[in-house]
Amino acid sequence: MAFGAAAVANGFSVLQACLLSLLTFSGASQFAVVGVIGAGGSSISAIATASLLGTRNALYGVIMAPRLNVRGFKRVVAAQVTIDESTGVALGQEQRGIDAVKKGFWYTGIGVFVFWNLFTLAGALGAQAMGDIRAFGLDSAVPAAFLGLVWPRLTGKFERILAVSCALFAIAMTPILPAGLPIIATAFIAIVIGMKR
Amino acid sequence: MSAFWIATIGTSVIAFVLKYSGHSVPERWLSHPKIQRINALIPIALLSALVAVQSFSEKSQLMIDQRLVGLSVAMIALFLKAPFPLVVLSAAVSSAAVYHWL
Repeated sequence: MAFGAAAVANGFSVLQACLLSLLTFSGASQFAVVGVIGAGGSSISAIATASLLGTRNALYGVIMAPRLNVRGFKRVVAAQVTIDESTGVALGQEQRGIDAVKKGFWYTGIGVFVFWNLFTLAGALGAQAMGDIRAFGLDSAVPAAFLGLVWPRLTGKFERILAVSCALFAIAMTPILPAGLPIIATAFIAIVIGMKR
Repeated sequence: MSAFWIATIGTSVIAFVLKYSGHSVPERWLSHPKIQRINALIPIALLSALVAVQSFSEKSQLMIDQRLVGLSVAMIALFLKAPFPLVVLSAAVSSAAVYHWL
């Protein structure tokens, strides 16, 4: 719901919101596209931010491919539903055997896909009917969604310090750099820290 | 073509290419510990930056408004281990309430 509403609130059409959910199908990346464009960023910054967030799905694919062992069209479908949730549930079934892993992946991936798309449509249509988005709190729904997405990743002190530093850095750079760039720049902070640590 | 369409299509194409390439490259290519570590850090950096920019700016200007309340309520909800939809909903409701009130 929140994504469809956020997309429309940031100027995307209902069709574009639904296409993002069908084709991109990765919550954080989708919110990033509408967030960056909504903040006045260029389409290139929006695509870059969303794609940097999407790189983790490639690594999930690497982990899932030998476990699923599928080819052709089935691999295309498997790739499309390779997200945080499906990979997480699948790996949570490891001790129960390979069939449980496969089942966990497919049920979660397809289940989330169906509901995510239905709710996107509902949210987009709802937001379209609203008018002033601030009156419905939609301007706060997007940052709250980002916060909800990052929260489970803040597992230790190091992660929390990185999160706060990147937040402060992005705010400090916002008046100086073109919209979108302060966000992308934090990915490079993460890469540099990851290389050194 | 508008920026909205470029962003929609560009993001979708790259998102799928990333997902599919993960399923197709040999495992050893991406299993290096440094890549794993960077992969865990990138979402933390980008999502934190997005929280901040979306909460405290409008275009390129910094500002504090009802979104600060929404964000604070979302944080409390997360501390109380609320599920994701409730986190978003509580932020929206509290922010809307403050917006009407001010």
